[in-house]
Amino acid sequence: MSEVTAPQATQELNLVEAVDRALGQILEDDPQALLLGEDIGANGGVFRATAGLEARFGPDRVFDTPLGEAGFVGAALGLCLAGLHPVVEIQFDAFSYPAFEQLVSHVGRFRWRTGGHYGLRLVVRVPYGGGTRAPELHSDSPETLFGHVPGLRVVVPSDPVSAGRLLVSAQGCGDPVVFLEPKRIYRRGRSPVPERFGPTELDRAAVVRDGDDLTLVAYGAMVELALAAATRLEAAGCSARVLDLRSLYPLDRESLLAAAEETGRVLVVHEAPRHCGLGAEVAALLQEEVADRLLAPTLRVTGMNMPFPLFQNEDDALPSVERVLAAAQVMLDY
Amino acid sequence: MDGVETILGADPEAMVSQLLELGRDLCLRLFEGMAGLRAFDDRAVILQRQGRIGTYPTFYGEEAVQTASVVALEERDWLFPTYRQTAVVTLRGCPPLVPLLMWRGHPGGWHDVMRYRVAPVCVPVATNLPHAVGAAWGARLRSADWVALGYAGDGATSAGDFHEACNLAAVTGSPVIFLVNNNQWAISTPLRRQTRVQRLAEKAAAYGMPGLRVDAFDVFACHRVLRRAAELARSGGGPTLVEAVGYRLGPHGTADEPALYRSPAADRLWAPMEPLGRAQLGLVSAGLADAGELAEIRGRASARLLAAAEELERSPRVTLEEIADTVHLSTPWDLSPDHLREPSWAAAGE
Ligand SMILES: Cc1ncc(C[n+]2csc(CCOP(=O)(O)OP(=O)(O)O)c2C)c(N)n1
Ligand SMILES: [Mg+2]
Repeated sequence: MSEVTAPQATQELNLVEAVDRALGQILEDDPQALLLGEDIGANGGVFRATAGLEARFGPDRVFDTPLGEAGFVGAALGLCLAGLHPVVEIQFDAFSYPAFEQLVSHVGRFRWRTGGHYGLRLVVRVPYGGGTRAPELHSDSPETLFGHVPGLRVVVPSDPVSAGRLLVSAQGCGDPVVFLEPKRIYRRGRSPVPERFGPTELDRAAVVRDGDDLTLVAYGAMVELALAAATRLEAAGCSARVLDLRSLYPLDRESLLAAAEETGRVLVVHEAPRHCGLGAEVAALLQEEVADRLLAPTLRVTGMNMPFPLFQNEDDALPSVERVLAAAQVMLDY
Repeated sequence: MDGVETILGADPEAMVSQLLELGRDLCLRLFEGMAGLRAFDDRAVILQRQGRIGTYPTFYGEEAVQTASVVALEERDWLFPTYRQTAVVTLRGCPPLVPLLMWRGHPGGWHDVMRYRVAPVCVPVATNLPHAVGAAWGARLRSADWVALGYAGDGATSAGDFHEACNLAAVTGSPVIFLVNNNQWAISTPLRRQTRVQRLAEKAAAYGMPGLRVDAFDVFACHRVLRRAAELARSGGGPTLVEAVGYRLGPHGTADEPALYRSPAADRLWAPMEPLGRAQLGLVSAGLADAGELAEIRGRASARLLAAAEELERSPRVTLEEIADTVHLSTPWDLSPDHLREPSWAAAGE
């Protein structure tokens, strides 16, 4: 039985399998690490991100909590005081809201509240985002809510390798991290992953495609979309860079400024509502720091300022390649 | 009071024999703890009147419960205070200057959480209780033998985190004590507007844990009951809800005006329950102490607080740059001195 559930030396994993492997690696390497969440044990989580882990590490380290996100996120803080390193799974994006108070009022403030002396080694994983034909409140993109909270890091992977490496790094960074997993691309395709995920710098964006004329800034599931748009732009004679932010707080200022200076045009794509979204923050940063280097205003292609629609309309609300191309054209013609 | 455990409220003979059973050392330790807390509270109220600290939630009358909660537990046990238990850390050896600095709005008021095993003060009611559960659960997972105690008010029992914490504690069998100080009021809201349950300890049944009631103005009874709950927790018996039944003898805080919402007659009725005077009466009549030595204990505590108050102004101002460096382990660029206040356009003109 354990043969079946032990980590295989699989070379090709999809994003959710990479998360699973990274969690297994964390539990193996760090005896104080434990996983908490709803239905993560025998069931392996509703997305199977913890499949096989309870069998490997036992129900005390892969713990099925009673329902109640405020309670178990709050308890995770207490577990940290007891010297443990919890990794919490929130079942779906919107169910992070019951835990919001704990995250805002306590988790983010903890180190500050101890004069900088003690941090929480706590990761809260949240499958998030639209495009999965899900019921209401299973498609939200709450990154701005967390990015606005002092003391929390917000990290979003965009592919299997970044998922594994960022998760391992988040768990080791010594401060609380909200780790948003783009569930729409959980099973998008497999790519080769290393036997073990090595750590990576948590607050660095990645240039996933280089270009000179325009930068598409994206994260999570929107990276794939930005890459598709970049391919189309190339066919039209525009060389587009794609910058995968990965860290939404803190932002990788250097990579963003470099994008502005080197390509002169920066377009931001995200699923979350436009108002007060990451796009606004990126645009403001560029405006403040490198306005004179910009050849065109920074435009945004984003979700709408309304509740994420029921799924009949979700494709209308999500950014599309066409919307990105249209915005890019405006910037190129500017 | 029906079903409420008491020693000082028992008939004189029973009271004396129970106090003798506790013994002089423990009794004096409890009295000394209360004296320390009272001195803190008295001094803090004066400092607030003098404008030397900000608005302050007095805990006048809660000294018995708070002292018992520290003395009944061991130093390795975790405490999770709210805004009304900001001085319990002083009973763990923290200088009173530290919590006074907190009320002065000074970052020197953050006490050393790991050293005293007292969590940072939680302001939103009931949100500290899940933390207590986690710390207790962690003991179980690590085969350690500490327990955790979380403080709550009667009002806090209406909040969602109270329920989630009690439930999670019971399900995980965590060694935690929920100490509900039922002072009958949540600012101006009386208990009957808070819940239809008349005894908060009954709420324990909903979670499958024991609920105990104790006289909140009796430090000796509080000690005995909390000790029992701690022993149960430590020996694997899981959580207990302890309801300390009392009354808020003072205002909610220095900015509160109780005459707007409650009758001075009720206040007068409860005033004699003041826990230091009541303990003193018991100790003296049991022959465990004389009034002189108890006065000396209180005098020493007051002197200590006066000295702490004198130190208040001497604490050097902390800059925003220093504070910004305490938010993360590795400080992000936007909290570095060059970016903290204004983005780099401020420097761009140079
Ligand atoms: C979640 C939350 N809502 C509102 C407040 C404001 N507030 C501070 S104390 C208090 C009353 C709390 O009453 P209780 O729980 O009985 O504790 P007590 O103050 O009597 O010790 C309120 C409403 C708060 N601290 N937390
Ligand atoms: Mg109250």
